[in-house]
Parts: sequence; C-alpha cells; structure tokens
Amino acid sequence: MISHPVGIVGYGACVPKYRIKADEIARVWGEEPERIKKGLGILEKSVPDVDEDAATLAVEAARNALAFAGIDPASIGAVYVGSESHPYAVKPTATIVAEAIGATPNLTAADLEFACKAGTAAIQICMGMAASGMIRYGLAIGSDTSQGRPGDALEYTASAGAAAFIIGRDKAEFVAEIEETFSFTTDTPDFWRKQHAEFPSHGGRFTGTPAYFRHIMGATQGLFEKTNTRANDYDYFVFHQPNGKFPLEAAKKMGIDPEKVKPGLFTPVIGNTYSGASPIGLCGVLDIAKPGQRILVTSFGSGAGSDAFSIRVAEGIVEKRQAYRGWRLADYIANKEYVDYGVYAKHRRKLKSL
Amino acid sequence: MPSENLAITWRRIPERYRLAGSYCENCKTSYFPNRKLCPKCRRKGRLASKQFSGRGRIYSFTEVSAGPAGFELETPYLLAIVELEEGPRLTAQIVGATEKDAKIGDEVEMVFRRIMEDSPEGLIHYGYKFRLAKRCAPK
Ligand SMILES: [Zn+2]
Repeated sequence: MISHPVGIVGYGACVPKYRIKADEIARVWGEEPERIKKGLGILEKSVPDVDEDAATLAVEAARNALAFAGIDPASIGAVYVGSESHPYAVKPTATIVAEAIGATPNLTAADLEFACKAGTAAIQICMGMAASGMIRYGLAIGSDTSQGRPGDALEYTASAGAAAFIIGRDKAEFVAEIEETFSFTTDTPDFWRKQHAEFPSHGGRFTGTPAYFRHIMGATQGLFEKTNTRANDYDYFVFHQPNGKFPLEAAKKMGIDPEKVKPGLFTPVIGNTYSGASPIGLCGVLDIAKPGQRILVTSFGSGAGSDAFSIRVAEGIVEKRQAYRGWRLADYIANKEYVDYGVYAKHRRKLKSL
Repeated sequence: MPSENLAITWRRIPERYRLAGSYCENCKTSYFPNRKLCPKCRRKGRLASKQFSGRGRIYSFTEVSAGPAGFELETPYLLAIVELEEGPRLTAQIVGATEKDAKIGDEVEMVFRRIMEDSPEGLIHYGYKFRLAKRCAPK
C-alpha cells in the first residue's frame, strides 16, 4: 500500500532525429533483411547525433516534462537518472540534468544503473520520497545511447532515447496517478558489460525465457495479485521492448489482448532505447489515453528484474496536453532522417572497433 | 589538454547549460552572456539575473566545411548568429540541418548538446546549440 497518493504531474520524451534501417545493417553484414525484420519485429532504429549522449537526451526529455507539468524547476527535490550509458563512469549525469533545467542547488540527485530498468527504478524512488513527504516533486529519467557490437544481433535494435517523469503528491496536479507498484528481481546472467568494455556481452537465446519472460510475467502477475486486478481491468499495457516481438509474446502468454500492447510499442520504429524503452512507451500511451483509463507498465532490466506499475489517467491530463507546446513523442518519431552504415559508424564512434 | 581553465568552465555552466544571462532593471535591456555592468547605464544600472527562453531567429549563418580540431566528426556544420527573442545575439551551432534546410529569419530553439571533449579521458563540455523550431523542422 502506498501511504499517500503519488502520480505523474508531467512527462516528456526525446528521440534523436537520425534513423538507420534494418535493411542497411543487414546489407553490410550480408544478412537476409526480411528474415531479420520478421525475426526481431524491427524496421529501423534511432541513431544519436555525434554530439548527443545519455545526458543530453535526459536534459531534453526533462525540459519537455517540465514544460508539460508547468512547475518551477526549483521546486524539484530529487533527480534520478537511470542509464547504462552514463557519459562518465565517475561523475553523475543527474547533476548535469539538474543544472541544465535550473533545479540546483537545493535537491538530492544520483545516477542509477540496472540495465534497461534503471528508469523505472528512478520512478519508484521518487514515488517513495513523494509519498513520505520528503520531496514535493521528484524527476525520474530513463535515458540511453546503447551500443551493440558491430555484426552482433543487438546492432539491429540498440538505439537511443529518453523519457522523463515528474512525480508529485498533490492529486489536483496529476496527469496520471500511480496506484501501485510491484517488482520481481533475481540474479540472472543474461546480459552484462564490464567497466572498460566497449560493447555488452549477452547469453543469446538465454535472454528470452529465464530472463525477459520470467521477470516481465513475474512482476505483471504479482501486480495483478497485489491490486486484485486482471488483464481486463487495464486499457493499455506497456512492456519493456528489446525488440518488436517480445512484448506481444509476453501478452499472449498472459492472455492479454495484443491490441492493448501495440499503442505503447515503439521499438519497431525507434529500436530498443534501453532505459528509455518502457518509459517512452508510457509517454506514447499518455499522449492518447483518456481520463479514467488504466495503464499497466512493466519494465525489464537484465541481471535481472522487472518493475510493474498500475497507473490511472487523471482528469488533469486534458488541460495540460492542450497547453503543452513542446515536442511530443509523435513529433520526434516523425522528424527523422536516414543515415547509411558509414555515417552511422561515425555517429556511434565505432570506427576504432571495426 | 583542457581547453580552458576548469574554474572558468565551472563559472560558465549556468550560462552554457540553460542560457542564464542578465537584465538591467534601469534601462530594461537584456544581456547575454552575463554582465556585471550595464554598458548603457554604467553606475546607474541595476543588473539582475535573467533566464532566457531559448527561442530566437537565425540572424545570419554559414556552413563550416573546415572545422577546428575536435569538431572533425561534426563537420560540415551550420554556425549561426541567433537573435534571441529577448534581444541579445549569440553565436551557436545549428544542429540537425544543412545549408539547404535553413534560411535567415527561421525560428530556432535551444537544445542541450556536447560542445567538445578535452580528451578521451578529459572533461566533457556541454552547452547550448540550436535547432530549427518544431514548425519549420525539415522533413
Ligand atoms: Zn541599463
């Protein structure tokens, strides 16, 4: 039970402008493009510009969330940035974000890491702090510019993007209330990267059943039990989306209508944005959902764990959506420019590793 | 090799990260970058800090085809004089656009990007650049 109502008072996303098509990556590695696109459920993925990183994407998403919320940045009491591609090994991304949005100096801040679920861990921390009254607003961000080893299957999906949420405790300000959260965590060696390694290693097929599906389902079904709800009680489901297929398979395994998953499934057109993935899915659903509708979001981070959230859209979303003049997820998705593999390698600074 | 003294970098963070400038309450003039003294009012000036909106227009621009060291990956890029809606002009890169996409008078908005890195192990300098505003973003 959450002791005091907590909810989202503003949200925002950011996706870089550049895209590379799965066909182009397949061409370079002599793979059959149709087999890849069908197998991974991916058409294209986002590519960051040479001057973008997890910090710059986090700042842009945070500025959008602030504009949406319409609050004074100085009233933010905590900033947490979840990423597996923080620009520094030592020196926080969260301080860069806090300074760039004008939230400094009276706040607490830290970086989080838990593969692709560090952004939802940030939401949970802000929920606890807001519910307890430690803070009035907390800023939770998931942001990544992820990398796959050239030629590895991950290269088709590993992309870049961020989403930011301002979590508050005043019901009158909510665009959506977070009714409950439930997590499912084990030590599972499905994916890892050591301190000085440029690219991650992964367990191949092992990343499916014991990792993704077990944790996504464990957290989702645990949340159903905790809240005494069923799939039919929700209008939308957003699952972590390492490719375009896993979220739909997870839905099928749990008897969830895939049509409730598709509106929050963006990996086919922007790739797997890692810590940004399920948070960006939630932004996309919040852009279209009606007051009173319920959204179930479940993240997944390798290593491994899942955080599930039951979210109810509030009346306040209508007015804030109308007032918001900034970039929406749909704007970022539409504003794209394709690059070929050569430009992509330059953008991702892969040259030295080829 | 650090490109500038760390203390200078640190002092300029508010101005580079979020366009924090100044405003003279006496003659109602906005200044960017920060000023300690109003050049119009001199001793009568009363300077306060001012947060700029980040919106402006392209006053003039050029495509840089031979960039300085550290900008090899970004070259060619657009370098513009941007007139902020509050009045001051500043020089900044325009991202995500080529010479064909931009024209004088186009609305631009501030974005937060990496400016440069001192060395592979050195400090990353972040700051403002601009992009074409949503309504005139290139297809
Ligand atoms: Zn003056």
